[in-house]
Amino acid sequence: MIVTFTLNGESANARVEKPLSLLDLLHDELGLPGSKAACEQGECGSCSVILDGQLVCSCLVLAADVEGSEVTTVEGVAGDDVLNGVQQAMHEAGAVQCGFCTPGIVVAATDLFARNPRPDLSEIKEALAGNICRCTGYGAIIRALEGLAGRP
Amino acid sequence: MEVYHPTTLGEALDAVDEGAMPLAGGTDLMVETNSGHIRPEHVVGLRRVAELQAWEGNRIGSGVTWRRIEHEGPRALAQAARTVGSPQIRNAGTLGGNLGTASPAGDGHPFLVAVDAEIELVSKRGTRRLGWRDFFTGVKETARDEDELITAVRLPDDLPERQEFAKIGVRNAMVIATVCVVVTRRPDGATTVGLGSVAPTPIRAARSEEMISAIARPSQTDLDEFQRLVGAEVSPITDHRSTEAYRRHAAGVLARRLLERCLR
Amino acid sequence: MTTRTTKAPGQVAGGVGDSPLRPDGVAKLKGEFEYASDLVSEGMLWGATTRSPHAHARIVSLDIAPALAIGGVHAVLTADDVPGSALFGLEHPDQPVLAGELVRYWGEPVAIVAAEDEDTARRAADAIAVVYEELEPFVDPLEADAAEAVFRRMQIRRGDQDAVGTVIVEGFYEVGMQDQAPLGPEAGLAVPDGQGGVDLYATSQFVHVDQEQVVASLGLRPEQVRSHPAGIGGAFGAREDVNLHIHLCMLALHTGQPVKMVYDRGESFTGHVHRHPALMWYRHEADDDGRLVRVEARIVIDGGAYASTTSAVLANACYFAVGPYRCDSVAIDGAGTRTNNPPCGAMRGFGAVQVCVAYEAQMDRLAAELGLDPLEIRRRNALATGDVLATTGQRIDTPLPVVDVIDSLAAMPITEPPATPLPGGSGLTSEPGHVRRGVGYAIGIKNLGFSEGFDDFAQARVRLTDEGAVVETAAIEVGQGLVTVLAQLARSGLGLSRASVRHVDTSQIDSAGSTSASRQTQISGGATLEAATTLRRRILERHDGDDLDDDGVWRDGELVIPMSVVVDESWEETVTFRHPATERPDDDGQGFVHADFAVAGHRAVVDVDPELGLVSVVRVDTAQDVGKALHPQSVRGQIEGGILQGVGLAVMEELVMEGGVIKNPTFTDYLLPTILDAPAVEALLIEQDGSWGPFGAKGVGEPPTISSTSAVLAAIRDATGKPITRAPVRPQDIAL
Repeated sequence: MIVTFTLNGESANARVEKPLSLLDLLHDELGLPGSKAACEQGECGSCSVILDGQLVCSCLVLAADVEGSEVTTVEGVAGDDVLNGVQQAMHEAGAVQCGFCTPGIVVAATDLFARNPRPDLSEIKEALAGNICRCTGYGAIIRALEGLAGRP
Repeated sequence: MEVYHPTTLGEALDAVDEGAMPLAGGTDLMVETNSGHIRPEHVVGLRRVAELQAWEGNRIGSGVTWRRIEHEGPRALAQAARTVGSPQIRNAGTLGGNLGTASPAGDGHPFLVAVDAEIELVSKRGTRRLGWRDFFTGVKETARDEDELITAVRLPDDLPERQEFAKIGVRNAMVIATVCVVVTRRPDGATTVGLGSVAPTPIRAARSEEMISAIARPSQTDLDEFQRLVGAEVSPITDHRSTEAYRRHAAGVLARRLLERCLR
Repeated sequence: MTTRTTKAPGQVAGGVGDSPLRPDGVAKLKGEFEYASDLVSEGMLWGATTRSPHAHARIVSLDIAPALAIGGVHAVLTADDVPGSALFGLEHPDQPVLAGELVRYWGEPVAIVAAEDEDTARRAADAIAVVYEELEPFVDPLEADAAEAVFRRMQIRRGDQDAVGTVIVEGFYEVGMQDQAPLGPEAGLAVPDGQGGVDLYATSQFVHVDQEQVVASLGLRPEQVRSHPAGIGGAFGAREDVNLHIHLCMLALHTGQPVKMVYDRGESFTGHVHRHPALMWYRHEADDDGRLVRVEARIVIDGGAYASTTSAVLANACYFAVGPYRCDSVAIDGAGTRTNNPPCGAMRGFGAVQVCVAYEAQMDRLAAELGLDPLEIRRRNALATGDVLATTGQRIDTPLPVVDVIDSLAAMPITEPPATPLPGGSGLTSEPGHVRRGVGYAIGIKNLGFSEGFDDFAQARVRLTDEGAVVETAAIEVGQGLVTVLAQLARSGLGLSRASVRHVDTSQIDSAGSTSASRQTQISGGATLEAATTLRRRILERHDGDDLDDDGVWRDGELVIPMSVVVDESWEETVTFRHPATERPDDDGQGFVHADFAVAGHRAVVDVDPELGLVSVVRVDTAQDVGKALHPQSVRGQIEGGILQGVGLAVMEELVMEGGVIKNPTFTDYLLPTILDAPAVEALLIEQDGSWGPFGAKGVGEPPTISSTSAVLAAIRDATGKPITRAPVRPQDIAL
């Protein structure tokens, strides 16, 4: 079957013959490897995307079920800029080490700031509670996002 | 493979009747698919069926997500919703999906059993409502027939004003409950205790309820006894997450603390 | 004439002491960085692995026909198809490439498949019909020890073995099996070159040693195998050993096509080595002033089915069994056992973590016996430069600011971080009245670099190009920021502001050694700095100049040779840098065994609900001996990340085994700390000159993991009054 949906603002079609996840579809068929496969269970957030305005794990979305939906991946968060505000803040704060969690955190944080331009620390932590980072201890990530929120 | 995208309940039921596997938020079904345990070739996606997301009074559509319940649900159910998975999981996962999977550790279940909720099941053959006792039949087993969809949960109209939830997990997010409990109390003393992760299905602690409901102003000694009784009434197991002894102990402690909150 | 002011040597924009932005940061933030799992190649097949479902079994029969019958399957290979050495291994080649007659651990590879797509490959791997005769799995390390099933025994004896103290504390301590759990799974692509050789791009910490093992097992000549550094999503020790490397090359050469393999999470848990679980019996004897008179310990670590690096981990555990303290009577006995549990090997901290749990608990108990403040007893016993290490008897000749670490920790105010969750978090289990706060301290010591006479070296090459200085290296970047630091060192050594790092494969440069043992900044960094400094000196000598910068060569304040001309002269310098020689110990473990040390201390603040046994780690503050912080922001990143791994081991991370089978090989049940579990961290970097690393730098990756776990345990003891002798602590250990 053909699935037609909006991907990073543009129309996309994909032939789906197997019960693969949206994550697999992005990687294998649509040339967007930015979202990462790290746990296949929705327990790490590395595959986070925005689906119809909601932050979800793309490994838990059936590719064949995105018909008519809007999907934004890490590749689409910056629009025409090289880096969006979240990405720039993380870069400057040293919040990237191995980088495997980074796309998921970028998407989750971009979603947060789109809904709330001045989140406090509690709100930042709650918004990122579904994103595991094994390298940084989250310190630099928090500093980046607090800085972006205009807070000390 | 065949995936249907119905927008009405009728279309959804047609698909289910033909053997399509219901897919709501995907937070359970896709885990099974990704691991290779199942290989769904025939699926009906339910997230476009507006009727399943309807929430009127105490009838909560099965398609309502944990995100909405967090903000709009009755107190103890909203408290439970806040502990489900992560923001990503709460945005996708549904009350109905949680029921369909019927894990003994399901975070929403203690509330439903504590308030004596009914589960509404619909098929092309008609509609039926099951009390939670008839609905949960075993570990990850329910009375849902293969051609039925869970369409809603019906809470009683007069929910107890005092209701409290707590869940034990070793981590502050994304954790399967070691024990989860809801306690409710009415002004006349009627108390209910719903528990999860301490038996093959969510349960009520009937003897503990009976004992404490009869006491208008429980003393510390009464609460000690209540705690002991709850611990005695549960049948937890030892697994890789926890031990029988700890779960028994924690169930009693949580029930007591939640009752104390209800009594304030 | 062009004039400008002269700069001090080493001071250049983006050089040492700055924190320049990491060069791969933009790509990683945009999702464009190429990890091994993202690699694709024309005509690529997918590989998959058939694994043993038993911890111990005999393979009665193996039928590959059902797999071959599946459409799209190109190859099914078993032990009989291994062209060269049937066994591989990092230190001891004892592990079968593919199981032959016996399987010795749950998940051991039995066969490999190459197919048109990943789905087909996995189905084919599942379709192989293996008939097993189950055997009793041997899983108790104490039984293994008694039965002499050991990879190594170690004995350390130093000083008067009859020394006796007036205060005696004995204890038994246990550390469970932690997993490195890097987010990026094992992945790789092997591309045959059409002439019988192969290029390998795979997750790794040490490409040269991967190449050697591939050469041996494929029966090839060394020049036929090239191992290329590839993008990797974290390591922490999991990637020192070969896992899919030989399999991929076998499939690629057999099919004549590129083959890719990516482990899923469950497979990743079984597919790499884990931290050794440890059982430790300790006896500390002290005088009335709390000075250590004698330390005895028996340490048993379980190496699982195959050797991996058990020998070295055991050695480390024994060498650091006393901790950063003076003691002149020491007796340590260690065993690395062989069982049917999953193989264990390197994980950040490498044996020093486990013993720290024991010796720091012992020090606190001694302090309590004597009515001494826990920090005071540590001060009285603290090692310093010029002392000898209690175990090996070697003189410590580099800085070791143990007392500074203790005093710094003591002086750090405990500030209440905002938004600290109560124990139980959103689970609403606990109210403030249920909570007890505890504070605990611990200090730890780790060696830097490889020890026991190992020839520890790294080669780096610095070339001058029109894009600035290029550092060529095979040293693996696992996320720690090596690519940033090496460029900084090139800048500082040459005095040029433009520098970058280019990873090259094993055929183009000699080994940089492993990215482990906190060694790369010191050793690859040492090679890079020496190459850059030498190059600068040679350029200035050639042109009789007195300064070199981005504009070119200067003499007496005049630009005499512009940079474009210098670049055309094709300058390059290759350096192999070795750390000071170490030696194999004698039979009693005595000798100059280690090249350098680092000490770190941690202070943990926890809130505990004792009735439920739930813990919230509020703060972990630290003082760490870093020599010189070449990139302060990255040092802080290593510290915060390492501390959180230590917190994980303290309160939530453990692979639960039953009969040799891992019961929780998923992220659902192997719990990694989330952002809501991360404590606030204040880090004080103690910089002292004197180490042999570049600009006096010491490795910083492992020290944060050595005593952070112990500090959290000490804080839980303080909050609850319970002995807590195990990591991780489980709720029932506190509540029942």
